[in-house]
Amino acid sequence: MSIAPKTLFEKVWEQHVVAEPKGEPTLLYIDLQLLHEVTSPQAFEGLRLAGRKVRRPDRSIATVDHNVPTTIEGRLHIVDQIAATQIETLRKNCADFGVELYDVDSREQGIVHVIGPELGITKPGMTIVCGDSHTSTHGAFGGLAFGIGTSEVEHVLATQTLPQSKPKTFRIAVEGKLPQGVTAKDIILAIIGKIGTDGATGCVIEYAGSAIRSLSMEGRMTICNMSIEAGARAGMIAPDETTFAYLEGRRFSPKGEAWKTAVREWSKLPSDPGAKFDRELVIDASALVPYVSWGTSPGMVAPITASVPDPAGAATEQERKSLERALEYMALKPGTPLAEVEIDRVFIGSCTNSRIEDLRAAARIAAGHKVSSHVSAMVVPGSQQVKAQAEKEGLDQIFKEAGFDWREPGCSMCLGMNPDILSPEERCASTSNRNFEGRQGRGGRTHLVSPEMAAAAAIAGHFVDIRNWPISEFAREEVRA
Amino acid sequence: MQSFKTLTALAAPLDRTNVDTDQIIPKQFLKRIERTGYGDFLFFDWRRTAAGDPNPDFELNNPRYTGAQILIAGKNFGCGSSREHAAWALSDFGFRVVIAPTFADIFFSNAGKNGIVLARLTESEVETLLQNAQNIPNYKLTVSLEEQTVTDDRGFKATFEMDPFRKFCLLEGLDDIGLTLRHAAELDAYEAQHDKAGWLKAK
Repeated sequence: MSIAPKTLFEKVWEQHVVAEPKGEPTLLYIDLQLLHEVTSPQAFEGLRLAGRKVRRPDRSIATVDHNVPTTIEGRLHIVDQIAATQIETLRKNCADFGVELYDVDSREQGIVHVIGPELGITKPGMTIVCGDSHTSTHGAFGGLAFGIGTSEVEHVLATQTLPQSKPKTFRIAVEGKLPQGVTAKDIILAIIGKIGTDGATGCVIEYAGSAIRSLSMEGRMTICNMSIEAGARAGMIAPDETTFAYLEGRRFSPKGEAWKTAVREWSKLPSDPGAKFDRELVIDASALVPYVSWGTSPGMVAPITASVPDPAGAATEQERKSLERALEYMALKPGTPLAEVEIDRVFIGSCTNSRIEDLRAAARIAAGHKVSSHVSAMVVPGSQQVKAQAEKEGLDQIFKEAGFDWREPGCSMCLGMNPDILSPEERCASTSNRNFEGRQGRGGRTHLVSPEMAAAAAIAGHFVDIRNWPISEFAREEVRA
Repeated sequence: MQSFKTLTALAAPLDRTNVDTDQIIPKQFLKRIERTGYGDFLFFDWRRTAAGDPNPDFELNNPRYTGAQILIAGKNFGCGSSREHAAWALSDFGFRVVIAPTFADIFFSNAGKNGIVLARLTESEVETLLQNAQNIPNYKLTVSLEEQTVTDDRGFKATFEMDPFRKFCLLEGLDDIGLTLRHAAELDAYEAQHDKAGWLKAK
C-alpha cells in the first residue's frame, strides 16, 4: 500500500500537530521563538498580569536589533529615551523569565533573522515564529517560519503552541541558469512584480527548481525573506547538501552522532515526487534581469533597462489611481529611463541583504571606485559575526576606501527606528525589503535593489545596469564572490 | 477582549489599495512598551503635515467622519509588517470594523485578537460602499457578526465569510491562551515525545 506523496510543508506541519479540535484551528507546536525589543514588551507584560511563566525558555532566544544605533558612540549612550527604555525592558524581561539574550555588547548580536541561522539555532523541519514579518527568512532551511503579532508572541511564550488554520501550498519553480549580474534579490523582485503584493495571500510558497538549488544559503534566505512582500504566510526551500554544509559545525548545530541522525531526518523533508500543490508557477531564470523598484509597494518593480511606467496604461481605474499616487510620492515622471534616476543615499543592509555574501558582492563592485560626490552611502552588516568576518576579509577597507560608511549591526535604515533615516525627498537605493511611503523616513523615497546594484548606484550617482559594470582587477584578485 | 455582536455606526472611506501597516502606524510609535494609547498616531503621516498640523486633504480629517467606527478600504489592507500596534491603533481610534475586498494574513490574525471585525466583501460591493460613504452625509452601516451581513438603510445588503471559530471568539470576547490550555494534557504528552527529536531542538 502506498502512502500519498507529501509536500515539504505538509511534512513539517504534520510533525507539529498537538491537537486538532473539531471546528477549531489546529494547535501547532512551535520549536523556536525569536524575540526582539519592539514586539515583545506587551507580551511579557501580559504574562505578568496573568501570572504565567515562559513555558520553554530553551526554545526562545532574544536580541536587540530594531532600535539600536549603528555607531559605537550611539550604542554606548542611546539618546532616544523611549528606545532606551524598550531595550532596557527586554533586558529585564529576559532576566526575569530566563530567556537567553544576545545583547548589544554580545559578539553574537545582530538582526534576529541573521543570527538564528548563523548560530545554527535555525534548523530544517522546525516551526519558527517571531514578532516580525520577515521571519519567513528561516524557511530557507526547510522549516515553517512565519511572522506573528504580539498577542501571538505572548501565546507562544505561555504555551509553546499557536492555533493555526492550515494555509494553501504554492510551488514556484525557478528553472534554468541565472545570467551574470542577476541575483537572488532579482528573482524575488521578479516574482513579486509578477504575482503582486497579495499574490500569495493565504499560502506557503515552496521555492524549487534548478536556479533555487544553485543558490547559496544567503541567496535562499534573501528569497524566503521577501515572501511576505508577496503576501505569503511563509516561504520554504527543501534542505539539501548546501543547507547541511552551511549548518555543520555551527554553535548550536548537532555534533557527532547527533549530526548524522539530524541529517538523516532532515533528508526526509523534501517534497515527494508527485506531491500536489494548490497552485504552481514556473519562472525562467535565464530570462531574468536586474530589477529596480520605482513605486511605493514592492510589486512596483521594473527591469533596470525599462522606464518609469505611465499610469495612463493602467488596466483599471483603481490601478491608475494607485500608480499616480505612487509616482507623485516618488517624484518620478512617466517615461523616465530608470538608469537616469539620480540618488542621494545608499543603504546596504537589512535582514534581506546584510550577510557576508551580500557584502562580498557589494565590495566586489565598489573595489577601486569612489562613491559619487552627491551620494551618502552606508553599509550595515547584519550581525557582529558578519562584521567580524567582513573585517577579516578586508571588505571594510574596500568600502571605507571607496567612501562608504561602515557601521555596527542592526535593522538600521530598513525601517528607520534608530537614528538612521532618510530626510524628506531624499532618494535611496536600498537593499532592504519595503519601499512603502515613509518607510525609511517621512517623505523619503526608497528604491529596492540587489547589493551589487546598490553599490554601483552609489558610485555612479544613479542606477546602472550592473551587467555592464567594469569589475576592477583589484576586485578580481581580492574579492572572490 | 471586547465582544462583538452587532454595530450600527458611521462609516468612513479610505479609497486606497495596499494600505500597509507602516501607514496605519508609523515606526516612531513602536518604541512604546504599552498596549494602549496608539489612537492619536493612527495614519499619522497621512493625518498630519510634516509640521504636525492636521492635513485637511486626508479623508479621515473631514469633520463629517468624526466618530466613525467602520472603515472602508481597498484590497490587501494591512499588508507589510506584523506590528500588532496597527490593530491597537485602529481600535484605540474607535474602529470596530474594517471592510475591504482582501486583508493581509498577519494583520487579519492581529485584528481578530483585538475584537476588530474584518469583513471581506467583493470589489464592487466595496466600491459601492466607498461611494456611498463619500457622497451621502452621515452614511451609516450595520454590521451583524451573528448574521455575517453588512447593511444600510437604503437597501444595501452584503454577506461576508467568517471562520466559525473566529466568529465564536469574537462573539464571546474570548482570547486564545485560556482556550489552548484546555489541551494542556495533550500538549504535555506531545511535548515529551517531541523533545526526543534532537534535530528539532533550538539549542
